[in-house]
Amino acid sequence: MSEFKSGSLTAKNIHLAFGSNKVLRGIDLHVPQGTTASVIGPSGSGKSTLLRVMNRLIEPDQGDILLDGRSVLADNPDELRRRIGMVFQQFNLFPHKSVVDNVSLSLNKLRKMPKDQARAKALEQLDMVGLKQKADARPGNLSGGQQQRVAIARALAMEPEVMFFDEATSALDPELVKGVLSLMTDLSKGGMTMVVVTHEMGFSRNVSDTVTFMDGGVVVETGSPDELFSAPKTDRLKGFLSDVL
Amino acid sequence: MDVLQQLLKTFFDWQAMGEVIPQMLTVGLPNTLILAVSSGILGCILGLVLAVMGISRNAVPRWIARIYTDVFRGLPAILTILLIGLGFGPVIRLLTGSTNPFPLGIAALTLMAGAYIGEIFRSGIQSVDKGQLEASRALGFSYTSSMVLVVIPQGIRRVLPALVNQLIALIKDSSLIYLLGLLSSQREIFRIGNDAAANTGNLSPLVAAGVLYLILTIPLTHVVNFMDKRMREGKRARIEPDDVAGVVGKGAQT
Repeated sequence: MSEFKSGSLTAKNIHLAFGSNKVLRGIDLHVPQGTTASVIGPSGSGKSTLLRVMNRLIEPDQGDILLDGRSVLADNPDELRRRIGMVFQQFNLFPHKSVVDNVSLSLNKLRKMPKDQARAKALEQLDMVGLKQKADARPGNLSGGQQQRVAIARALAMEPEVMFFDEATSALDPELVKGVLSLMTDLSKGGMTMVVVTHEMGFSRNVSDTVTFMDGGVVVETGSPDELFSAPKTDRLKGFLSDVL
Repeated sequence: MDVLQQLLKTFFDWQAMGEVIPQMLTVGLPNTLILAVSSGILGCILGLVLAVMGISRNAVPRWIARIYTDVFRGLPAILTILLIGLGFGPVIRLLTGSTNPFPLGIAALTLMAGAYIGEIFRSGIQSVDKGQLEASRALGFSYTSSMVLVVIPQGIRRVLPALVNQLIALIKDSSLIYLLGLLSSQREIFRIGNDAAANTGNLSPLVAAGVLYLILTIPLTHVVNFMDKRMREGKRARIEPDDVAGVVGKGAQT
C-alpha cells in the first residue's frame, strides 16, 4: 500500500540540558508507521531540538529513541541518520554542487552506487518533486521553494523510514509555501512516516494524524488535530492558538 | 640639469638594463617561478593540514597548529630562510651530496607560507554556514566525510583571493633565497639584477628587476580584485518563477 518503506518512531522520556538550561524535560512522542505527526508550539519550546535529538544530531541526556520498536541509541549515529531524512528551514543545499549532485551525493558515497546509477536515481527523485529540468543548475539559481523541494528530494533519495521537517516553509516567500506544503502532503498521503515541526496551522490541522503541542520543553497536549484545534484543554494551548490563528 | 641627468643615468640606463634583461628572462624568471610556485603548492598542502588541525575537536592538534602558526608568522622571512637554509645545508650535503640551496629555500618559504595559508583556510572553513555540516551529518555522512565533501571545498572557494595574495608574497619573498648562495644558473630575478648593479655601479638592473616583479604581481593583484568583486556580487543568478509549484502535490487541494 505505502509507497515508502516507512517505519514507526518513538521517543521516550527525552531529557536534554545545555548547561543549566533544560531544553527538553521528559518528552514522549509516538509516531505510528505511515502517519504524520505535527509538532507545534512557540519559539524556544524545544521543537527543533527534539527533532535533532531523535536523529541524534544532539545526543539526549536521558531517554530512549525507538525506530520500528527497536532502540537506536546504541547504533552508529551515522547509520541511524541514513534511515531518517531531514529537511531544514534554511534548505541547506550544498551550493558548490549542482542540483542533481546534491541529491546523488549520498547515494554515490554512502550507498556506494556507481555515479551514473546514482545520477539516474537522483533524476527520478527530482522528477518526483517536479524539478528534473533543473538538474544541472546550481542551488543558488533556484527560488526558495524550488530549493526546498530539492532538499526534500535529497532526503528522499536515501529511502528513509522517517522524514523530519524542521519548519520547512518558514523561510519561504508566501507564494512559494504552497508548492512545498503540497509536496509534503503528497508524502504524507503516500504513507511516509513524518514528524513535522511547523507554524503552518492549516497543514497541521488538515494533513497530520496527530498534533503535539510543546511549550517550555514539555509536551503540553497531544491528540488528533480536531481535539487540539477545536477543543484545546489547557490554557497554554488556548493562548497559543489565539496568538497564531 | 646635471642632477636630473645623474638620476636618469642611475635608474634608467637603458643600456645597462638591456644587457641584463635577457638573463633575467631566461634564468631569473624561471628560477623565481620555481621557488614561488613550488613553495606555494607545498604551502597550500601544509596550510590545509594546519587548518584542519586548527579546527579539530581535539585540543592537542589545535594547540600544535596554534603554536606552529604563531612561530612561523611571527618570525622575519629573512631569519627563517637563513636558519633553515644555513642550518640544514650541511646535513643535506652530507646525506645527498647536493649543495643546491633550492630545496631548503623552498622548504623555508613553504614553512612560512603554510602558517599564513593555514590561517586563511581556517577562516574560510569556519565561515561556512553551520547548516552545511548539519545537513551533511543528517544525511548520514561522518564528521570527516562531511568536512572533506561539503565544508572544506566551500571554505577554500571563499578564500581564493587571499590565496592569490599569498602567491604574490611568495614571488617577492623568493628573492631572499640569494642569501643562501646561488650558482650563476640558480640566480633568480633579484640576484641577477643585484649582481649587475654591483658590477656596474648602476642601479638600472635593479629597476629592471623591479619592473619584472611588477609584471608578475600586478596582474595577480587584479585577478584578486576581480575574484573578490565576483564573490561579493555573485554571477547574477537567474531565478525563474516557480511555475511547477502548482503542478506537483495535487493532494493538498483535496
